[in-house]
Amino acid sequence: MLDSTEDIEFRLLLEAILRKYHYDFRGYSTASLKRRLRQARERFGCRSFSTLQDRVLHDPTVFPDLLSYLTVQVSEFFRDPDYFRAIREHVVPYLRTYPSLKIWVAGCSAGEEVYSLAILLREEGLEDRTMIYGTDINPEALRRAEAGVYEMDRIPLFTENHRRSGGKSSLSDYYTAAYGGAVFDKSLRRRAVFSDHSLAADEVFAEVQLVSCRNVLIYFDRELQDRAVGLFKDSLSRKGFLGIGGKESLHFSLHAEAFEEFVRDERIYQKRGDR
Amino acid sequence: MSGPRVAAVAVGASAGALESLSVILPELPEDYPLPVLVVVHLPPDRKSLMASLLRERCRIAVKEAEDKERIVGGMVYLAPPDYHLMVEEDRRLSLSSEEPVRYSRPSIDVLFETAAEAYGPGLVGIVLSGANSDGARGLRAICDAGGVGLVQSPDQALASAMPHAALLACPEAAAMSLGEIAKHLLGIVGPS
Repeated sequence: MLDSTEDIEFRLLLEAILRKYHYDFRGYSTASLKRRLRQARERFGCRSFSTLQDRVLHDPTVFPDLLSYLTVQVSEFFRDPDYFRAIREHVVPYLRTYPSLKIWVAGCSAGEEVYSLAILLREEGLEDRTMIYGTDINPEALRRAEAGVYEMDRIPLFTENHRRSGGKSSLSDYYTAAYGGAVFDKSLRRRAVFSDHSLAADEVFAEVQLVSCRNVLIYFDRELQDRAVGLFKDSLSRKGFLGIGGKESLHFSLHAEAFEEFVRDERIYQKRGDR
Repeated sequence: MSGPRVAAVAVGASAGALESLSVILPELPEDYPLPVLVVVHLPPDRKSLMASLLRERCRIAVKEAEDKERIVGGMVYLAPPDYHLMVEEDRRLSLSSEEPVRYSRPSIDVLFETAAEAYGPGLVGIVLSGANSDGARGLRAICDAGGVGLVQSPDQALASAMPHAALLACPEAAAMSLGEIAKHLLGIVGPS
């Protein structure tokens, strides 16, 4: 079957983005990516992906905006409270046995999960021995993560999530209200580093004891999922932990054998000792 | 029966979903050759009972859809709560936690639009009872791609807004009773 004109243009646009800006979206799930690019096409008032490609190549102000369509940035503090409860109850006891800890939040978006883990680790008395790496490909998201300011109207949800995750303190201890936003305490990112890293193009950068990468793999095709999980495997120390999204699994992964289920319902895996 | 060979069925339902699905799906035999992709609007609670409720009532296998799973016949795939369900070009399923579309996640429109693209004329889209307008744009996309649209007769639906909106967007879709929809689904695969 011949590709439709739109499919040809779609692939060419991804190729143009790769060559010009070194962002590789070729391994992303097509259905979702195409949907978002169509929204972008509409937003930029372009008739076709070819027209959008022309804009992206010749107007350098377009790409940063386009990037926010290409990456999905939907997150919350303590999103899926049961996941954080499982980290607290089942993973933290293992983490306590390490004199120093490194945690990688891959695809950290605007930092919600990094701050959530920082709060959890403070509550558990592990903060001082831990470094948290929050990585993402979107510089604007990383800037927001660095700033740690979130819309005030999201705070009730975050507070409820934190409570349901087994939080031992009050979320309000960690932010102050200013300019209509909730500004999170700078001390929470004393042990956090936000940086640019692509699961599609970059390599392992540290040995870590916990990787949390939730609702990121679903945007990748199977080959790219395998690449990403391979990075997690190589990055994790022996018996390290991997947490993925509630509806993600390593079931179809090339690296499934390297992990065993640790908290099955919360999709927390442990790297086998012999890998 | 003339027309292109049907390769898949996509169904969207909201308020009154369980009642409608419980009439249609139990009619399908265990070896029904087509996949049936279903989006039901549910509260975003991760442990939904919908799959197990339907499993008890159906002969055809029912499961919650998994990301990047290959779509096969004889299976009802339910979108998990709080995730969009999409069909990839290579006819695998994808999940997505992108923003709700017109307040819904999963969104019927998102399933229908991506399935229309993957299956073209080989798709039957069905809009059942519901109190919003999700599915209308999606059914339009299915019909535009040459597929067939069926809608539960609004006067027989527990909530008629969704069937009404679908028929308005897609006047060529056929309004049917649940029994007629089940019969249609059996008819398109020929005598067994």
